[in-house]
Amino acid sequence: MDGSGPAVAAEGLRIVRGGRDAVRGVDFRIPPGEITGLLGPSGCGKSSLMRAVMGVQVVAEGRVTVLGRPAGHPALRRRVGYAAQTPSVYADLSVIENLRYFAAVLRAPRSDADRVLAETGLTDHAGHEVGRLSGGQRARASLAVALLGAPELLVLDEPTVGLDPVLREELWRLFHTLRDRGTSLLVSSHVMDEAGRCDRLLLMREGAIVAVETPAALRERTGTADLEQAFLRLIRGHATARADGAAAAAPADRGPGDGCYAGRHESRRAAAGVRPPPPQAPRESEPRGRHERRRPPGASADPDPPSGPEPGTGSRP
Amino acid sequence: MNPAITAATAARILRQLKHDPRTVVLLVAVPTVLLFLLRYVFDDERLFDRIAPQLVAVFPFVVLFLVTSMATLRERQSGTLERLMTLPAGKLDLLFGYAAAFGLVAVVQVAAVVAAAQALGMEVEGELWTLGAIALADALLGIALGLLASAFARTEFQVVQFMPAFIMPQVLLCGLFAPREEMHEVLEAVSYAMPLSYAVEAITDATRSADVTGDLVVNTGVVLACAVLALVLGAATLRRRTP
Repeated sequence: MDGSGPAVAAEGLRIVRGGRDAVRGVDFRIPPGEITGLLGPSGCGKSSLMRAVMGVQVVAEGRVTVLGRPAGHPALRRRVGYAAQTPSVYADLSVIENLRYFAAVLRAPRSDADRVLAETGLTDHAGHEVGRLSGGQRARASLAVALLGAPELLVLDEPTVGLDPVLREELWRLFHTLRDRGTSLLVSSHVMDEAGRCDRLLLMREGAIVAVETPAALRERTGTADLEQAFLRLIRGHATARADGAAAAAPADRGPGDGCYAGRHESRRAAAGVRPPPPQAPRESEPRGRHERRRPPGASADPDPPSGPEPGTGSRP
Repeated sequence: MNPAITAATAARILRQLKHDPRTVVLLVAVPTVLLFLLRYVFDDERLFDRIAPQLVAVFPFVVLFLVTSMATLRERQSGTLERLMTLPAGKLDLLFGYAAAFGLVAVVQVAAVVAAAQALGMEVEGELWTLGAIALADALLGIALGLLASAFARTEFQVVQFMPAFIMPQVLLCGLFAPREEMHEVLEAVSYAMPLSYAVEAITDATRSADVTGDLVVNTGVVLACAVLALVLGAATLRRRTP
C-alpha cells in the first residue's frame, strides 16, 4: 500500500454507456484496509464504475486513481484482483487448469492455485470442467482467479449472487479474513442484507452516489436498524430535499464525520436543482437522457429554477 | 511481450483443444476425407494432380481461419479477454499464443493432408518439408486473418458469415477453379491483391520443381508478410478499454 492514501479515489467520474450516462460524474474515496460495499439496484452503474476502477472502461470524464496510480496502469495489474459479474473463466478447462493458467500470467507461485481453491471451497471440484459446474461454483471459480497472487485490492462484482446462504456466509467470512490481512475490498451487491457485513457503504442509484458512510452511521442518520429501509429513507429524503430547494440538498451526501468521503459532485448537482432521482420506483424502460428533467409528483409549485442547460454546466444559484 | 506468458497462453489453448477431442479429429480428418472424395468423384489423375497441391494450401488456411476467429470471439464473449486485459498479459502474448497453438495444430493437419494427397497419387517433385513449410505459412495467414476478423464480429452468426465474405473470394480467385491467367483481367488484377493466390502459387511451384526457386521464396514471403500485417492489425483491434 502506498502510505495511507485511499485505495481508490474518483474525481468527477462520468461514464457513458449505450448513449446514456451510466455514471454521472461522481466523486468518492475508498479507504484502504476496509470492505467497501457498492450497493444499489441492478443497472444503477455499479458494474461500469467497477470496470472504470479496473481500467477497462472507456471513461467520458473524470479520473480514477487506484493505489496511488491512474486506473489501468500496468504496475497495478498484479496488485488488483478483479472478478466481473459474469464468471470470466474458460468453460472448457477444469478449475485447476484455469487457475494454473491465470497464475502463470500473473507469475504467481504455483502453490497459489491450491490456496485459492481451498479459500473458495472448490478443492473437491479442482478437476471438474468449469462448463459442467453449477452457476455458483462457476462464480467461485472466477472469484478464485481474482484471489491469485494475493492482490492488495480486490474488486468483486456481485461475487455472492446465486449462492446459497451457507456459501454466502463462507465467502463473507473469507472477505473479512482478507480484510484483516490488510487487503482492501470493493464488493458490489444489489441485496441490502449484505450491506451490514461491509465496513463502509457506497450507495448508488441511477448513476449517482447517494451516500458514502458506515452502516452504523447510515442507521443512525435514517433512524432505522434495517439498512434496506435506511436506503429507502435516504432516497426519499434526497428527493424531498430536492423539492425543498437547494439549501436542503446536502444531507444525503455528507455523512457525519465522513465529509472527506462524500460525493461532492452529486451535492453540487443537487444544489443546482438538477436530478437526484424522483421518489417513484425507477422504470427501466424509460429513457433517461441527460437533458430530461422530471418533477416529483405533486411538485407543480416546484421552487427549483431550471438553472442551466445541462448538469454540470449550470451556474450555481 | 513476455515469452513465459505467450507459452502459457499457447499451452492453455492446446489444453482447451484437448478437452474437445472431436474438434481435433475433425480438424485432421475432414480435409483428408475431402481429398479422397475429390480423387474419386472426378476419377481423373491429371485433374487431381493439378488441384491436390492447391488444396494442400487452401485447407489449413480456411480451417484455421474459422477455428481462430471462433476461438477469439469466444474469448471476447466469455469475459476472459477483459480479464486478461486487467492482468499483466500483453496483446502480443495473446496473439502469438494463439498463433503458436493453432500453428501446431496446423502442422498436424498439414502432415495428414500431404500424406493423404501422396497416398492418392499426388506427385511432388520438391522436398516434402518445403511443401509443409508453405502450408504452415498459409495456416498462419488463416490464423492471423481469423484473429483480425473476429474483432469485427459480435456474434457467432457474424463470424460464420465472415467465412464466405473473407475466404470465398480468395478461394475463387486463387487459381483453384480456373487458372488466374485465364480470368478476366480485372479479376486477375484483383487476385494479385489476395494473399491466398501467392500461397497457391508457391505450393504449386514446390510440387513442380525439385529446387527451391526464387519465385517460391518470394510467394511464401508475401504470404508471411500478409500474416504479420494481419496480426499487427489484429493487435490494434484488441483494446484494454472498451465502451
